[in-house]
Amino acid sequence: MGRQPEQRRQTLSEKVWDSHVVRAGGRSGEPDLLYIDLHLVHEVTSPQAFDALRLTGRTVRRPDLTLATADHNVPTLGLDLPLADPVSARQLEALRANCEEFGIRLYPMGHANQGIVHIIGPEQGLTQPGTTIVCGDSHTSTHGAFGSLAFGIGTSEVEHVLATQTLPQRRPGTMAVTIEGDLPAGVTAKDVILAVIGRIGTGGGAGHVVEYRGSAIRSLSMEGRMTICNMSIEAGARAGMIAPDDTTFAYLEGRAHAPAGKAWEEALDHWRSLPADDGATFDREVAIDAAGLSPHVSWGTNPSQVAPLDGAVPDPDRLDDPAQAEAARRALTYMGLRAGTAIRDIAVDTVFIGSCTNSRMEDLRAAAAVVAGRKVHDGLRAMVVPGSMRVKAQAEEEGLDRVFVDAGFEWRSAGCSMCLGMNPDQLSPGERCASTSNRNFEGRQGPGGRTHLVSPEVAAATALAGRFTSPEERP
Amino acid sequence: MEPVRTITTTAVPLDRSDVDTDQIIPSVWLKRVERTGFGDGLFSQWRADPDFVLNRPEHAGAGILVAGPNFGTGSSREHAVWALLDYGFRAVVSPRFGDIFATNCTKAGLLPVVVDQEVADRLMRAVEAEPGLALTVDVDHRTLVAPAAGIDVGFPLDDFTRWRFLEGLDDIGLTLRHTDAIGAFESGRPAWAPTTA
Repeated sequence: MGRQPEQRRQTLSEKVWDSHVVRAGGRSGEPDLLYIDLHLVHEVTSPQAFDALRLTGRTVRRPDLTLATADHNVPTLGLDLPLADPVSARQLEALRANCEEFGIRLYPMGHANQGIVHIIGPEQGLTQPGTTIVCGDSHTSTHGAFGSLAFGIGTSEVEHVLATQTLPQRRPGTMAVTIEGDLPAGVTAKDVILAVIGRIGTGGGAGHVVEYRGSAIRSLSMEGRMTICNMSIEAGARAGMIAPDDTTFAYLEGRAHAPAGKAWEEALDHWRSLPADDGATFDREVAIDAAGLSPHVSWGTNPSQVAPLDGAVPDPDRLDDPAQAEAARRALTYMGLRAGTAIRDIAVDTVFIGSCTNSRMEDLRAAAAVVAGRKVHDGLRAMVVPGSMRVKAQAEEEGLDRVFVDAGFEWRSAGCSMCLGMNPDQLSPGERCASTSNRNFEGRQGPGGRTHLVSPEVAAATALAGRFTSPEERP
Repeated sequence: MEPVRTITTTAVPLDRSDVDTDQIIPSVWLKRVERTGFGDGLFSQWRADPDFVLNRPEHAGAGILVAGPNFGTGSSREHAVWALLDYGFRAVVSPRFGDIFATNCTKAGLLPVVVDQEVADRLMRAVEAEPGLALTVDVDHRTLVAPAAGIDVGFPLDDFTRWRFLEGLDDIGLTLRHTDAIGAFESGRPAWAPTTA
């Protein structure tokens, strides 16, 4: 921050990077030491880091730049009851005790501000343009929607940030994914990012920070931008970013931790300087025509294995790359699918609307609009899990909970829920789910579970039809 | 972490691409608050199949995992690295790793060895054909050698990470030498920068 103008034209990520270098890595191969503006902590990847601090007699350098919540391991029903699983209870208690010992603000289960860590940062106005944000969670890339450099880290790095508020980091490459044009009706941010991952692959962004650019990206709301940046990690990217603009500033203004008054004006001046300079160059560039995009559904067990809703399960024998063909064969076996099956002919058992990808107000409003006055398909399990307790309260204020419940959905409390299969919300072996989450890995939503990634709109329509369909074609 | 100079051992061929960290250590294991004892959870879904490569007696005791491209994608869980280490692996060979996984490896003392796809394929076939094939990963010289298979290649490892492996150095201790620089940086941060207080 407060950087000097440089001659070289810079990208957004380069500007944020350069303004956070505490110490440049001069000696051969030594990484830059990067200052971290915000460290988000949750119960799963932090206990071993706190233990290590105690063992080494170290402390938390900046508890005032650290925020903790419980999200991965919490139930989304029966919050007033003791946890059924004693191992989970122990982990939540460890977070509480660690935050108390080290003076870290915690939004625990049941708190009005509790929620998925990547939902509450933006909600509280803590996620701001030009900042560096880390969390022991790969979907930290979500925060890049605000023009922050935000990335997931492991527990050793969590410990490092707790102790030093810095991280030694190797400068990543820059990559532009530019999507120009108007998105066709019915195409959501989720469809955009699924199509991008399908195009560049699970390793397509490896070693790079992706900057999403172009008129289609600029036209998205902050919610949509968060959905896009959230799944950058599914393309292997170190982080995803979108240049801040008036949409960003309008979202931030007035939030609890956003600057106010004169400070707001100062911050705005800085934030407006962040977008990539005209003529800045990227190490890699991918261009996608918005007009050619359509709703997407994943059919396989990695997030690049996607097809248009109008399409069919591909034939592995027709894939050029032998490794991809073999991966597709394995995926079809696991998913219980046959090559050539139309996506619309695939029946689902369960619909999950939630996760850090798609559980914000805009997602719930869109899904509610699809199901209002209609009924969930006979025998299908459908659930909505708001991303935070604040989203839950707002949705209830708008009456969305009634819309969902009347249609036959379960309406739950905030958490990661069925996105990751480590809390009580899980699929059974063989159970097929249309999910608004981010990963279709084997067993991701429960051992043997079969996940299809979709947008909230397609998930909602699919809940009504019992098979994949679009809102326009819903029964 | 413990110093690592050379690793000479046999290998397990895991001929699959896109092995995500959910497969390496399923999330049910992530409820634990300890750093040890994750070996039993390593690939636990796949190990339920008696034919899974890790269950084959000819690969017992192997210390290197040879995997397809995009190994360790997905979740940032360092538990995946702890599980591989706890099981007995000291190095993983792949044409490409998930970024966060590779970083976690270098923090916890598991060596990520990146080789060309062509070398990885040759190594995979060689290990499948001869489970007793001896491999040596040399941190000092940044080489992967399997003489009986005619493989002798370098792999990328920056000087700093190499030094940390060789010396078994604590990353945080190294950073804390720069506490003054951190303090100086902090004094220059704008007053409006957000805090959680």
